[in-house]
Formats: sequence, C-alpha cells, structure tokens
Amino acid sequence: MSSKSIQGTGGAGRAGDKVFSGITLLAGCLILTVLFAVAAFLLWQALPTFSAPSEDISGGSGFLAYIFPLVIGTVIAAAIALLIATPVGLGVALFISHYAPRRLSQALGYVVDLLAAIPSVVYGAWGMTVLAPALVGPYNWLAENAGWFPLFTGPASQTGKTMLTAGIVLSVMVLPIITSLSREIFLQTPKLHEEAALAMGATRWEMIRMAVLPFARPGIISAIMLGLGRALGETMAVALVLSSGGLIASLIRPGNQTIAAEIALNFPEAYGLRLSELIAAGLVLFVITLIVNVIARWIISRHKEFSGAN
Amino acid sequence: MIETALTRSSSLTKNQLPGWALWAILAASIVLGAALSALLGFSIATFAIFAAVLFVAGSTIATRIVEGSRRATDRFATNLIYGAFILALVPLVSVIFTVLVRGIPGLSGDFLFTSMGGMTGTVDNNTVENGTPVLGGAYHAIMGTLLITLWATIISVPIGLLTAVYLVEYSKGGPLARAITFFVDVMTGIPSIVAGLFAAAFFGLIFGPGTRTGFVAAVALSVLMIPVVVRSTEEMLKIVPNELREASYALGVRKWRTILKVVVPTAISGIASGVTLAIARVIGETAPLLVTAGFVNTINLNVFAGWMASLPTFIYRQLMSPTSPTNTDPSTQRAWAAALLLILMVMLLNLGARLVARIFAPKTGR
Amino acid sequence: MKVFRIGRTAAVLSVAALALAACGSDNATNAAAGTDSSASGSALTGTLSGAGASSQASAMDAWIAGFNESNPNASIQYSPDGSGAGREALLAGGVQFAGSDAVLKDEEVQASLETCGPDGALHVPAYISPIAIAFNLDGIEELNLDADTIAGIFRGEITTWNDPAIAGQNEGTELPGTAITVVHRSDESGTTENFTEYLAAAAPDVWTTEASGEWPAELDGQENAQGTSGVVSAASATSGAITYADASAVGSMGTVAVKVGGEYVPYSADAASKAVEASTPVTGEGRPELDMAMELARDTTESGAYPVVLVSYHLYCTTYEDQDTVDLIKAFGSYVVSAEGQAAAGEAAGNAPMSAALQEQAAKAIESIKAAS
Repeated sequence: MSSKSIQGTGGAGRAGDKVFSGITLLAGCLILTVLFAVAAFLLWQALPTFSAPSEDISGGSGFLAYIFPLVIGTVIAAAIALLIATPVGLGVALFISHYAPRRLSQALGYVVDLLAAIPSVVYGAWGMTVLAPALVGPYNWLAENAGWFPLFTGPASQTGKTMLTAGIVLSVMVLPIITSLSREIFLQTPKLHEEAALAMGATRWEMIRMAVLPFARPGIISAIMLGLGRALGETMAVALVLSSGGLIASLIRPGNQTIAAEIALNFPEAYGLRLSELIAAGLVLFVITLIVNVIARWIISRHKEFSGAN
Repeated sequence: MIETALTRSSSLTKNQLPGWALWAILAASIVLGAALSALLGFSIATFAIFAAVLFVAGSTIATRIVEGSRRATDRFATNLIYGAFILALVPLVSVIFTVLVRGIPGLSGDFLFTSMGGMTGTVDNNTVENGTPVLGGAYHAIMGTLLITLWATIISVPIGLLTAVYLVEYSKGGPLARAITFFVDVMTGIPSIVAGLFAAAFFGLIFGPGTRTGFVAAVALSVLMIPVVVRSTEEMLKIVPNELREASYALGVRKWRTILKVVVPTAISGIASGVTLAIARVIGETAPLLVTAGFVNTINLNVFAGWMASLPTFIYRQLMSPTSPTNTDPSTQRAWAAALLLILMVMLLNLGARLVARIFAPKTGR
Repeated sequence: MKVFRIGRTAAVLSVAALALAACGSDNATNAAAGTDSSASGSALTGTLSGAGASSQASAMDAWIAGFNESNPNASIQYSPDGSGAGREALLAGGVQFAGSDAVLKDEEVQASLETCGPDGALHVPAYISPIAIAFNLDGIEELNLDADTIAGIFRGEITTWNDPAIAGQNEGTELPGTAITVVHRSDESGTTENFTEYLAAAAPDVWTTEASGEWPAELDGQENAQGTSGVVSAASATSGAITYADASAVGSMGTVAVKVGGEYVPYSADAASKAVEASTPVTGEGRPELDMAMELARDTTESGAYPVVLVSYHLYCTTYEDQDTVDLIKAFGSYVVSAEGQAAAGEAAGNAPMSAALQEQAAKAIESIKAAS
C-alpha cells in the first residue's frame, strides 16, 4: 500500500475524521440510551411495589423489610467470591505472565479463557452434585471446632448447600474473568520498566511490586469490577447450589438468599404485585452495582497518572 | 568447612541455597504433612494443606537464614503465586473432569445432527428398559446458539468497539465520557434476567405481546455483552503507547486512520480476547433466553420468526424437567453432552479469535 | 490482501454453516417418516403457542408428538416457563393456550373477559399427578403416616425418625435414630401449593400457615433445592432426608402411605383420580358454564383416595379471533383429553390419567370453543 492511501487527501481526510468521531460518539450515546431505557423499564414495572400497602408485600412488613435480607445475602455471596477469587486470580495471572515458561503460559491463558465460557448452569450442577457433598465433612468439622465463631455456628448443613458453598462456586466462576483480564494487563507492562527494575538488582517479586502492579492497578480494578458484576448478578448457579432461607450469620447452615436467585426462583410463578416486587428487587441490585462502581471509580481516579494514554 | 568450600566454588552463588535444598524441604514437608494429617484422620485435603503450609514456611525460613530477607520475601511471593495457581486448578480441573466424564458418552453423530422432534418420555423409558442407545439430539439447540450469539456479536461488537474508541481517543475525559464509562460499569451489573425482560417488553411494545424470536434474544444478550466489550477494549486501547500515535501523526496520518491502522491493530490481540470473553459470558446465559427466544424441540433456522432453542436452555430443561421424569438418565446424559459441546464451541471460537489476533497484530518484541 | 483472506475465510465459514444447516433432522426417533401420514386426510395447518407450568412439560412433549403424528402440518410449541408466566402470557394475548397448576384468581378472571371473549377462559384439568412424600432411609420402602405427623415433620417439630409419633403408626418397622432433614422446593411452585394446601386442610391444628406456592418463610433454616429434580437429587444424596415431589420422579426412595379416613393409602394413579373426582367445582362470576376449575377435597375420607394430588390445567380462551385457530385448538384440546392422549402422557410422564367421566366432560367443554363472529 502506498503511503498516500494511508494519509488520504486533505479534504477527504478531514471529512473522514469528522464522520469517524461522529460515529464513535453515536455509539457511546446509544449505550447511554439503552441503559436509560432499561432503567426506565425497571422503574415503570417496579412502581406498584412502592405504592402498595406494606402488608401486601411478601413477608407482610413492607418492601424494605423484604429486600434488606436479600441485599445482605447478595453482598455476602459476592464478598466471599471476591475474597477468594481476587488473590487467587491475580496469582494465577502473575504466574501465567511472569512465572510460567512461555509455551506453557500460552496454553494456560487459553485454558483460562475457556473456563470463563462454561455456562453457569454447569457450574451450578457441578456445585450441587460434586462440591456440596464434598464440603459436608469440613463443615461438620468447622461447626465442631470453630463453632464459637459466629460465621461457623452449627449445626452444619447435611447437604452442604450453604452460603459458603455458593460463594466458592461463584469464586470459581469469577476467577477466569479476573485472571484473563489482569493477565492481558500484566503482559502490557512496559518491558523497559521491568528490565530497569531487574537491572537495579531487584528480585522478581520486587520488580513485580515496583513495575508491574502500579502500572496494572486500574486494569486490575476493572477486572475485579467485571468479576463483581458477574458475582452480583449470577442467578442459576446460586439458585441451584444454595439452600435459601432467612438472614443468618452462619455460613455453614442453610439460609440467606441473593437477589438474583430470588428473582430467578420466583419469577416463573409470579404475577401482579409479586412480579413488580421481583422487578423492584432487580432495581435494587442495579443500585447496588451503581454504588459499588462509584467507589471503584473513586479508587481508580486516585491512580490516574499510571494510565498509558494521554 | 562446608560453607567456606561453597563460597570458594563461586563468588556469584554466594549465600545461595543449593539446588537440592528446596527438594529436601519439599520432601520433609510432605512427610510431616502426612504425619500431621494422619493424627487428625488422614484425608487428601488436610494432607495437601499441611504439606503446602509447611513447605511455604520451611522454604521461606531457610531462604531467610541463608540468603537474607529480600530473597526470602521473593521466595515467599513465588511460593504463594505457584500456590494460587495450583489452588485454582483444583476446582477448574474438577469441573472439566465432571463435564468430560459425563458428557463424552452422550456425544454422537445422532446427538449432533438430530433435534428433539418427536422425542417423548416413552422413548427414554424404552431406552432405559431395553438398553438401546439414547435417542434425540441437540442440533436445534446448536444452531440456535450459533445464530443467536452471532447476531448478538454483530450488534454489540461494533457498538462496543466504537464506544471504546470514543472514550479513549476522542473524549478527552469530558463529562459525557465520564458518564459513559460510569454507566457502562453499571451495565455490567444488570442481572441477566432483567436484560431478557427488557428485550421482551421492548419488542412486545413494537410487535405485539408475546413476540419471541431469536433476534429478541440476541438483543437481550447484546445488553449484557456490550459493557464487557467496551470495558476490555477500553483497557486495551489505553495501554497502546502514545509514542505510536505521535509517530503516526508526525508522518501526517489523519487521526481516524491512525486509530484504524495503528492503535486498534496494536491492541487487537487484547480486543479479540475481550470479545471472546464477552461472547463466552453470554453464550452460556439461560435466564434471558427463556423469556426471549422461547423453547422448542424442533429445528428453526430463522432468527426473525418463530421460537428458537439454544444449548443453555436445552441443558437447563433437560436437567430441570427431564423428558421422562421416571427415567432421568437419558436426559441427564444429553444435558452434560450439550454442556461439553458448548465448551467445545467456545474453544473453537477462542482459537478463531487467536487466529484473527495473529493475522492482524503487528510484530512486537514479545 | 488481508481483505481477500478474510473474505475467503468468511466464504469457507458460510459454506460450512450452510452444510451444517442442511444436515440436521427433526426425526430423532427414526419414526417412519411422518410425511406419509398427510395422506390420512388431516388438513390442519398453522402454529399454536402455549406457555406455562413446567410440571406438565413431559406430558406436553408426548401430546405434541402424538398430535403431530396425525397432523404433520400443524405445529404446537410449549414453553415451560411456569404457571404464572403462562397465565400472564395468555391474558396478554401472547400465547393461545396456557398450562397452569392453579386456577385463575378472580382478578385474572376479570382480565380474561377482555382477551378471551365474553365467556372468559376455560380450565381443563388435563394433567393429574399424585405428589409422593418421599424419604431416604436405608431398607425402608414405605411408612404409614397421618396428616398431623406429616405436618409435624415438615414443620420441624418432629426431628428424628424414631420419634414415637412415627413409630406408633409403623409397628414392626425398625426406625433409625437419624435426624430428619426436610428438603423443600426453593422456587415457587404448584407442587408446593398443592402440598401445603393438603397439609392446611388435613392437619389444620399443626399446619397453621396458609397454603401458598412459596414455602412458609417462618420455617427458616430448612434445606431446599430448585425444581422437582433438585429436591429429588438432594434428598437422594442425604441420609434421613424427606421431601415431596411429583410421584413419577421419586425414583428408588421410600414413600409415605397417607392416612385417609381409617386406612393408609399409598400413592397410585387410581387413588389420585379418585381424589380428583371427589372434588367440587369452583364457581364464581365470569367463569364459563362448562368450566372445569375445581377445588380439591384435601380432607376427603373417601376410601382409597389419595388427596395429595397435583392438578395442572390447560387454559383455553372460549373465543378466538379466527376459525383456523379454533379448529387447531379444538383438535389439539380434544386429543389431549382423549383416552389415547391421556394414555400417551401417562406412558411418557408417569402421571395419572383422567377418569372416563372427566374425559367426557372435558371433551364437551372443548367443543364449546368458538370463533368470534
């Protein structure tokens, strides 16, 4: 190709610039429109819940009393998932990008990407038939030996279908997302920074701490946020794995419920007010994500100087 | 005596643990771990935990004594990272193993190329009672998944890619860009069922209630897919070094051509991986498909008319309401085979994305 | 040049896709190609869409397959989304028929007058199935229990299997001291609604909660699982577990014979049909004359009736827009309630067939469906 065709001629090039930037702007606005349409749809469908008398709402004492345990349950499930998946996921990403031999790391990256694709029904079925029964023993042990700790009070569930199991299943589902994205970011660390650190006599870990992690921090947070999005919104896996119930501190007894699973389990048989209740629950989930994102934005904005472009 | 001999042998390996030391520590921690777990009643899990903790502690302490604290920290971090990797492998291998063991028996030519048309519980009862092969397949679901995902990709990749370009290259961090980034993040948190309901209600308004087609499902999936595409593409575009852009401008290349010919190709490997991830994220969605595409047992290749099956709904239905409630084994087998198939499809897709990345990506140092 | 390469790849891919598209088949069972039977004279064409209860999904597969054998040019599709979703879709005009585990509520009847013509919607009890109370105890296949004891167990008031309340009704059976693990449905379901309805009617002193499709929230801390297959697999994997599920799905678990009147009745198709026949019709404003919505007699004392039974209805409109739809609905509806249709469903799904009297009544009701003039 000649250099002329790349550069384009003056007028056409300027027009191209205008058109192209216009198209990108349009795409951005389209996304905003869709999102507002979704939000408007949710509000419109959820409205009857907020105007209904409180004794008509499930549980009989108003929407807040109905949604509160669900919010806590959702937060617990997502927290367990991220507490496990973030360190492990970052570790795996570092292993692939900086520790494993090159050939192996490519194959591993491939496998990890693949794992993100296993449908949640399969994770749910696996959690239900393989993981939950395997955890009954450890839960009994925890109840006996760590029962004084509020999170592990017994009697432990005899089916293993508890909040902790659901959290572990979620963490397995979130792990590939965190790993895949942060691996890409780690790989993009400027080679020069890394080599400079090594040349100063830094050990490999010191190099990672000084060159790789600061560079990757915004990307890591994005990865965690994407993972969190999946953990918060996951329906089928939680619905299949968890023995749901009212709010309870112990993670090894049946109990607790997440918003997404509550929607999925009750939606098919819902009609009228119950339906708008469930959609209002969806709206609440939406708001939770909003809040979490505000916090994440705030953290990222404090580290803006590390962004590569501009 | 020994120490002086070591120092003499090479000044570069001064104060370094000899190569066999780590193996020795490993062996010791395995033995000790086995002993400790035997005290509690032996099980593989406790044995592995004890052995791992002992090894990490032992090797760190040994390194600290011989090589100093910085090396010890490094050794500790290395151990943790290897540990994280091994820990992550356990459930992932278990999931894959489960799918393989239960899925492979169901994969056959019949399974791939027939639908569930005409299948009833009676057929499955016969299968179990007479030991004949499991009939019925997932062809309709395979085609449904391919078509719906294809359309979802056609809708969301251009929108997502262009938005990311706007955010990184054009916006200069204005309020609109900040709003878009923020709300894209919010969009990742839309519960999938809500996306399905939204699409169903939207098309219901336009084409009358109960409009369920593959295309409605594709729109629902796009709502879920776009934020993932934007988010990952944005990150990838951001880390394209500014020097490349500046070099291109210096040659007199227009901005839009710079973006298309320099910036995007540089990031294409990451973008392809992000798109694959986005497809992977939605290809296994069940809930939104149930309310948007309906569920059928027969083949439909038209995304714009008629209900359509897909692999996730197929799996879900076969697991949750088996064709024959009395003899669920054939249904379970079909479900796991379909799950395996879905994973295989994503694997192929992944390969494809890598191929695309390789064709387009400029040669770099890595 | 890259463009060419992409073009070539795209071409190869699309050819592959076409090839793939051409070689699928809807004939999964290798039945002698259904196209021949078009000669048998059926001229029905068109598509019917239905949505609703997942309880009758398996029976519906059988009905659709059976109906297609004689009417190869008509197509019926059914999406087992759940009763609520099905009723909603029917009342919104999104589907032509619905499957529902519960009868229309009064406010839904009002809505049906708008979409389904002046006579409203028609209930046909097409799917009848006993709900088994199944338990997982080694070596015990049947237990005799009365309603109060069952309610006590499911409320968590009776906690071990050798409790005197259980042992007293099962002399000669060696009961272990295992703790009882109750497994109930986590999703809202018609099975739960029918089961709690039975408990509330037959053991009103113990089961003080109202019947509902959702398990009572006050009974916290019990195990649960999604769907019939979920509770069955959870209960089968846990020693000492007890659950309730569609009888066809309980597999090798032991089941409870329920005390009705003075005797203990194990579940069976006949016993379930008997209980349905003993029920009374639901009456009220806006329900069509031939409607078959019924209130089941849960506290029946009739000998040999098994009152823990699930009835899943087909809901049709009494009036449709055009004659073609009416013809199709009538043909499908009468096939479903015919002896042949009921037998096909029973063989595939293991449910109880409608009794001859019910079949006759249902056929008459379906015959009354007409087109808007």
